[in-house]
Amino acid sequence: MDTAAELVDALVEGNRRALARAITHVEADSAIGREVLRLIYPRTGRAQTIGITGSAGAGKSTLVGALARAERERGRTIGIVAVDPSSPFSHGAILGDRIRMQDLTSDPGVFLRSMASRGNLGGLSETATGVVDLMDAFGHDIVLIETVGAGQDEVEVATTAQTTVLVANPGAGDEVQSMKAGLMEIAQIMVVNKADLAGADTAVAQLRALLAIANVGAWSPPILKTIAKTNEGISELVDAIDEHQAHTRSDEHAAAERERHVRGQIIALARAALHREALEAAETTGALDTLVEEVASRQRDPRSAALELLDSLQATWAASRSSTP
Amino acid sequence: MTQPSAEAGTTATDERPIRVLIAKPGLDGHDRGAKVVARALRDAGMEVVYTGIRQTPQMIAEAALQEDVQVIGLSILSGAHLGLFPRIVEELKERSVDDVLLFAGGIIPADDVDEVQAMGFKGVFGPGTDTRDIIEFVREHAPRRA
Ligand SMILES: Nc1nc2c(ncn2[C@@H]2O[C@H](COP(=O)(O)OP(=O)(O)OP(=O)(O)O)[C@@H](O)[C@H]2O)c(=O)[nH]1
Ligand SMILES: [Mg+2]
Repeated sequence: MDTAAELVDALVEGNRRALARAITHVEADSAIGREVLRLIYPRTGRAQTIGITGSAGAGKSTLVGALARAERERGRTIGIVAVDPSSPFSHGAILGDRIRMQDLTSDPGVFLRSMASRGNLGGLSETATGVVDLMDAFGHDIVLIETVGAGQDEVEVATTAQTTVLVANPGAGDEVQSMKAGLMEIAQIMVVNKADLAGADTAVAQLRALLAIANVGAWSPPILKTIAKTNEGISELVDAIDEHQAHTRSDEHAAAERERHVRGQIIALARAALHREALEAAETTGALDTLVEEVASRQRDPRSAALELLDSLQATWAASRSSTP
Repeated sequence: MTQPSAEAGTTATDERPIRVLIAKPGLDGHDRGAKVVARALRDAGMEVVYTGIRQTPQMIAEAALQEDVQVIGLSILSGAHLGLFPRIVEELKERSVDDVLLFAGGIIPADDVDEVQAMGFKGVFGPGTDTRDIIEFVREHAPRRA
């Protein structure tokens, strides 16, 4: 299993070790990883992809575990990608999402991979969507992606899924407020988890009010209450996901939904690639350092510096792009 | 406190962070030591998959396979290491997870260290080990991936 073709052959046959190793290559953005992604893409598109996002500690992992168990009861196999933030200081990470899904570890119908968000070069969307594609091509019926809803990269990853579930908590009035239209418009399902705590109905009402002024399309996002810890509301959540999936595949909406999803993916990936490559180039050419000095000494304003940076990078950037195979 | 560099968690030949699984097999419920090690490795720039307490040999091997970690560190206080460790090694072998570095910590009597090492645990760290020694050990011996 040393070449891309060998890895792909093994993983589409259901070899879990090959899937695990292919994910490692994709995460490393190695030549093999890129080749694997090219080879498997035609085999993707069968899985339901579901993004779960929300603030830290909202109960996402507990919810993902409960969802996975409910989906297993419906006879579906599941791939899970759980993303945790990397430390901005050491670049290390503690990936602890497995703790809430221990029982799933011994289920051959479940494959769980933890990922660190790794830095700020915008690469998370690139790797995470790649990992989702691998799990899809492997043959999982469902692929769940958990990310913390803080920071554009993390949110964007969840929205590259077909169905995005936004998890909030009761009593998080400020949090709900700060979601405003932006986050509302990326979610197809809202969940108020920890509904055993006081204030769940208030949170639902707040979300409903925000939703009323949000710009939603043909699909009107349902708002559900769950207690992930005790499985309450989980089968309703699975039903809501299935309904949204049916909506996205229905004759009437399939074309528009596929377009929305693919457009979102391409924009996320292009933004990530632009961000990463531009910053890499800025560092290697030293163009950034020069501009920093000029702005720091008030010779130049930061806005024109940003545009200047992009201009100066274009040549280097195009050259470096055409030299990578 | 010194700030580790961006390359802190990597070996010379591999610029990606080292991925480590820290697990607690057996029935004792104290994971303070395991968490201290997990945090130390994180602060050294590594990505640490932490699975929690009471892990069976199958769970540990399966997690190692799915996470494709380069390193597995087991913490054990219950005294059941001579029974559990060979089963973990066996479960790993069954899954062809054969290119990982194994180390163990917790309470392993001096008399047992040779036997544990013979099972394939390259490092055995007793109570009071300086976490810097563990970091150095992992950096030095972690196998390369992609
Ligand atoms: N009361 C209550 N607590 C819950 C519920 N669901 C999860 N929790 C608790 O909330 C805490 C955080 O749960 P996680 O599932 O780890 O949350 P998370 O959003 O994945 O957290 P991060 O990945 O760290 O952002 C845990 O202590 C859970 O037991 C719920 O429905 N009710
Ligand atoms: Mg979590």
